[in-house]
Amino acid sequence: MNKFTGLKAPLGLTLIALTLHGCGMSSSDSATTPAEKTYEITLTNMTANQPISPVAVVLHTSGYQGWSTGLAASAGLEKLAEAGDNTTFLSEADASADVLKTASATGALAPGGSETVITTLADSGSLLISAAGMLVNTNDAFAGVDGLSLNGMTVGASMQIGVAAYDAGTEANTETAVTIPGPAGGGTGFDVNRDDGQNFVTVHRGVVTSSDGLTTSALDQSHRFDNPVMKISVKRTN
Amino acid sequence: MKKNALRKNMLFVGVAVSALFSVNSFAQTFTVKVDNLTNGIYFTPMLVAAHPDTTHIFQPGQAASASLRAMAEGGDISGLTTDLGVVNATISAANLSPMAPGGTVTTATITPATANTHLSIVGMMLPTNDGFVGMDDVEIPAAAGVYTYYLSAYDAGTEANDELITGGGAPGVAGIPGCPAANCGTGGAGVATADSNTTVHVHRGTLGDANSTGGLSDLDLTVHRWLNPVARVTLTVN
Repeated sequence: MNKFTGLKAPLGLTLIALTLHGCGMSSSDSATTPAEKTYEITLTNMTANQPISPVAVVLHTSGYQGWSTGLAASAGLEKLAEAGDNTTFLSEADASADVLKTASATGALAPGGSETVITTLADSGSLLISAAGMLVNTNDAFAGVDGLSLNGMTVGASMQIGVAAYDAGTEANTETAVTIPGPAGGGTGFDVNRDDGQNFVTVHRGVVTSSDGLTTSALDQSHRFDNPVMKISVKRTN
Repeated sequence: MKKNALRKNMLFVGVAVSALFSVNSFAQTFTVKVDNLTNGIYFTPMLVAAHPDTTHIFQPGQAASASLRAMAEGGDISGLTTDLGVVNATISAANLSPMAPGGTVTTATITPATANTHLSIVGMMLPTNDGFVGMDDVEIPAAAGVYTYYLSAYDAGTEANDELITGGGAPGVAGIPGCPAANCGTGGAGVATADSNTTVHVHRGTLGDANSTGGLSDLDLTVHRWLNPVARVTLTVN
């Protein structure tokens, strides 16, 4: 069997060298296609001092989108990004006919920490993965990937990507302690009021912190981040 | 041989995927070109190594080896060279002196041993405490062609980012070993006193300050800063 040696050449605002190992086109294993597919999804926090709340993982077809830059966040994404609570985000996904499977990491990822989520689902045609978890020492930042294709991964194939931080656009980035739910603030997470000025998802512009002169910020230089903030490795094991 | 597939990924990231079928054997020669994309950061002599897939010079979320630490804190690649010799890696030198912002270097033609199917690159970023530019374990395409990768800045997690030009480049010695452009300050009191994340992680950037004879940092807040990506690698497979 041919070995697939895919390499991605990221362009523009690119975050990490991406590789595909040993992937093959689905046509090459059609004779032995299993009825179910199993993926090991490993999430690694690559920030200096931003714990990431339990990551929501959604496996879906192209009809589902967890968020879109330039559009308002769903109520579920707002809760995920402001409070680190992924339950509504996942229930929204479960309600979509285009979602095949959802899962949640069991706990927050400390900086440098990893967790592997193993998920099995019926073999279908198109398969995409989306995932999101809050950077908890922020107002409403989340690490996310939106619709990464897993098509063409054969058993044993793996791939890894670095994902960026987004701003949910649902809470002003005051960085005050009362609005930061993570250990740097210990404040309130979710507030239904949307006071970010522009109510849509963007790539995060970074935190300012008290070290950079925002005296009312509960954050310091250790909480700053650059992309990519999280690594996602996917390995198909069945 | 089949070629597919340009694919959009992660909205703003815009990843181009070049997927190539090939046979398993690997006997190609190649060159590696590195471009320093930063505005004010030098790269110390970089280590370019082809090695087996199982070899990692570094991995985000994993503690740095002693040899990686020596590279990241002082630009010393001798330990990594020794370590890579144990796995019979094919090692190439790139720049022999610190590579200036905007600089470009190309290796001589590399003829890897058959088992050395993957490529890693590291070099210290100056002036930083333990920042380095890195590529971890990317599969070398078997098909002839030109492949482009963009690299991120990492923090080895082994030294507090005090941002003080002390000449301290030995492992475990605080401070930054040098300021190649002689555009750093003096007399800083020190920025960070500890690493929040003591594993290899994506560098949060430097803080700097506007006081060249005092303040917290010896770095300049307008000069010694960057956003990822910090380097472009052009891999030409013959």
